[in-house]
Amino acid sequence: MDESGLLLKMELRSNPETLCAVRGAVAQLAEKLGFPEPECRAVVLGIDEALTNIIRHAYGGATEQPIEVIFRRIQEPWRGANREALEIVLVDQGKKVDSAKLAGRALEDVKPGGLGLHFIRETMDAVEFRHTNGRNQLRLVKFFSKQEPIKGS
Amino acid sequence: MQISARQLDKITIFDISGDIDLATSPALRKPLLKELRELRTPKVILNLKAVRYIDSSGVASLVEGLKAARDVGSRFILFGLNTTVREVLQLSKLVKIFEIRETEEQAVAA
Repeated sequence: MDESGLLLKMELRSNPETLCAVRGAVAQLAEKLGFPEPECRAVVLGIDEALTNIIRHAYGGATEQPIEVIFRRIQEPWRGANREALEIVLVDQGKKVDSAKLAGRALEDVKPGGLGLHFIRETMDAVEFRHTNGRNQLRLVKFFSKQEPIKGS
Repeated sequence: MQISARQLDKITIFDISGDIDLATSPALRKPLLKELRELRTPKVILNLKAVRYIDSSGVASLVEGLKAARDVGSRFILFGLNTTVREVLQLSKLVKIFEIRETEEQAVAA
């Protein structure tokens, strides 16, 4: 595994009781990285929802299954230039995610459920899913700033 | 998450504190649905002043509560939303379907 830019690596069990502790750690990391307060809340929500989806759908509620979460500082292309970003990769060994379900649902339909993926997409700048070697891998990217760099700087 | 209920005439007020997430939302959902489906309380108010965080599981529980209230003709009112809770409800695009008040007095009088 590429360790460059590695900020934090978490090895978790699929227990919903751990979500609170993960949110606390992620909030502190996002703050330390200089995200403004609303963006810190967005990062926390996006990761919390991604973990919730893994626990509920990939592992069907089983509480002792492994989840790995890796945080890296990366350079990500955006509108023709590289931007500094936080990359979060979540890896699980659960049931393969049905890519059709990754499209989410229409929010006009008022019903409980199905909001998690919508929250992930709304809070993150990029969301990519891969299934390789029996593992689901969800890659999330959040730019530190999407402002154009000042010329000459 | 902690939840407790108090009665005020024909109104039940649930005081909720802490985080509403995948681990805790069943503990919110159960008493809410009992209050509405079984007891058919005419007005149910949720005090969210001390709620620090809510995720999609929590929002889903609120939507279930709202639907149960509509089914039995009850009112379902939220008050005391902090920035985090308000942002999540706005993000869900469901904020408009809920009856939201700033204070308990406004919720009771509504």
